[in-house]
Amino acid sequence: MTQTAVPETRRTRLRLPATLSASTPVFVLLGVLLLVLAFVDIGFYEPDRLLAFIRRAAPLIILAAGQYFVMVSGGFDLSVGSVVTVGVVVAAELFNIAPDMPWPVAVLILLVAGMGVGLINGLISTLLAVPSFITTLGMMLILQGAVFFWTQGAPRGYLSDDYRTLGRGMVPGLPWLPWAVIVLAVVAAAAVVFMRSDTGRTLVATGDNDAAAALSGVRVHRLRVLAFVLSGLAAALAAVLVGGFTGISAQAGDGMEFEAITAVVLGGVALGGGRGSVVAAMAGALSLQTLFTLLTMLGVSGALESTVQGVIVIAAVALGAVSWSRRQRVPNSTKERR
Amino acid sequence: MTPQPGTKAGPPPLSRVAPAAARINFADPVVLVYLALVAVYLIGWTIVGLRGGDFVTVANTVTILQNSAALGLVAIGQTYAILAGSLDLSVAYLISLVTLITAQVMESAGIVAGVAAALLLAGLVGLGNGLIVTKLKVNAFIATLGVALILRGYLENTYTGPAGDVPTEFQRLGYDRIGPLPVSVFLVAAVATLTWFVLRRTSLGHHIYAVGGDREIARLSGVRTDRTVITAHVLCSLCAGLAGVFLASRLGAGAPLAGTDGQYDLVSIAAVVLGGSLLAGGRGGVVGTIGGVLILSVLDNVFDQLGVDPFFKNVVRGAVIIAAVALYARQSVARRRRQDQRRSG
Repeated sequence: MTQTAVPETRRTRLRLPATLSASTPVFVLLGVLLLVLAFVDIGFYEPDRLLAFIRRAAPLIILAAGQYFVMVSGGFDLSVGSVVTVGVVVAAELFNIAPDMPWPVAVLILLVAGMGVGLINGLISTLLAVPSFITTLGMMLILQGAVFFWTQGAPRGYLSDDYRTLGRGMVPGLPWLPWAVIVLAVVAAAAVVFMRSDTGRTLVATGDNDAAAALSGVRVHRLRVLAFVLSGLAAALAAVLVGGFTGISAQAGDGMEFEAITAVVLGGVALGGGRGSVVAAMAGALSLQTLFTLLTMLGVSGALESTVQGVIVIAAVALGAVSWSRRQRVPNSTKERR
Repeated sequence: MTPQPGTKAGPPPLSRVAPAAARINFADPVVLVYLALVAVYLIGWTIVGLRGGDFVTVANTVTILQNSAALGLVAIGQTYAILAGSLDLSVAYLISLVTLITAQVMESAGIVAGVAAALLLAGLVGLGNGLIVTKLKVNAFIATLGVALILRGYLENTYTGPAGDVPTEFQRLGYDRIGPLPVSVFLVAAVATLTWFVLRRTSLGHHIYAVGGDREIARLSGVRTDRTVITAHVLCSLCAGLAGVFLASRLGAGAPLAGTDGQYDLVSIAAVVLGGSLLAGGRGGVVGTIGGVLILSVLDNVFDQLGVDPFFKNVVRGAVIIAAVALYARQSVARRRRQDQRRSG
């Protein structure tokens, strides 16, 4: 009996615009935050300030996109924050060793290294069957420890102005358009295209039910590894952007993994995977960044900022959960009546 | 157990007729944890011995136990949360806050009031975690992360450095010994035994396992799932609170960075998983957790003795956590495959 019941409820649930409804709260939240910002300081919407804001938000949004791939396929990536830190520190050391290195080479090295970290994360959590929470937690400890061990907590070196251009510079000829916004637009477009491709859809299916996906011929392991590689790539790219406007420190990416996960969850992506859209995840990151900006504008002291952030994150996710569970009750109740 | 080609069906191999009690089940994660602990201990002994250090001495053993007390308490608490299918990322900031509250209240109102205030605070935070997870239906990861942020903001806004003063009599908790063993060992042992009893012998414990295994099935079988998860969170936070009280007694004052410097949030979760409990909940136990904590502190001690760079310790710690969990994961994958084969004939 259950064998017939299960696919039927699945089908009912899929017929609902599930991803749309699950991500509605984040767009409402974003709208409210942006509206409040307008009341607090209308000057925020002047194009140059708005673009500067998006430039600052770009790393987190890119991280959230990467984290989305892993989370929608049913995992976690706790290592992205430390990948950002390592990226910033390693770039500085690279320029220390080879001052004449062209910046694209440095960027390329970082991106490949980021993908390498993702590959290791992916292989350990799939082939060795270690929960990704533990794999990436271990990776985080390893990377943090390694970077501190290497630099003794005080990284040396510098980042060349060329290298920093991507993070803080403007497109030549268009002095109002930051490079970071272009990078972000490209990443966002690529993420959306990827999620609309067969591979992207299969990734979501894997997160929803990996056994079913495997039975229908999906190479589950390969897809999950791909998700981790993409997350590592995104983290390395975020590191390049972060390197553009922060100093070189061994704390550059501290806490970013939790911000990225929070952003993705705010975007309505279910932990455990299988539901939610990448656009909503990126909107979640933008909401978080808007929230940080708003708190700064309102003069909430740096220390209390995290308290307010905590309250709002819980409240936002709670509201999302309430509306989602109400919607979910429809197929559940029909099942119970049967 | 495929029959060897060319041999006739003889008597079954000895291991199969041996009484069940005498057999060690190597697929049992708890057995593996303690085997791993023995292995780590022997390797550490060898390496430290080759370098001319002393490893198996009373003093060193006491050091290992003493240094594992705080993590032990947090990890025991984390076991409740994880078994119930939840987890608690707020323990690190809670510990910091508890050390401060303990020290400040003790300074003005005495020891009993200090401990009571600490445990009250911890219980309330746990209640908050539990209510957010169950009633607001926020995923435990986000809920406890949010509570961690709230506590962090309060800490950073209120305290700039160490505060309060722990009376000398109470510092005895951190430094006194009963026989050769530090008091903290008895504290951890008592909490662990109590936890074992709660998990294995009370209905609350059975409910925690049931809820962690499958919340919906537990609910349909009449378990008050929300209440169970809330209780697990309260117990988790109380254990973290005890760790904070213990650390306050060790440090002699409240320290705003006591919890985060120890990375008690993530490392305690790692210790529980290292101890063979399923991160998804429903399977495992406190005995394994203690093994996991001991592995981490034996490693720590070996590194200290070898004078390994403290930052490099984190590298190895990360690698060991992954490797150890991979070991169990392989075991359970192999076991599942065997069961599947048996089931499909």
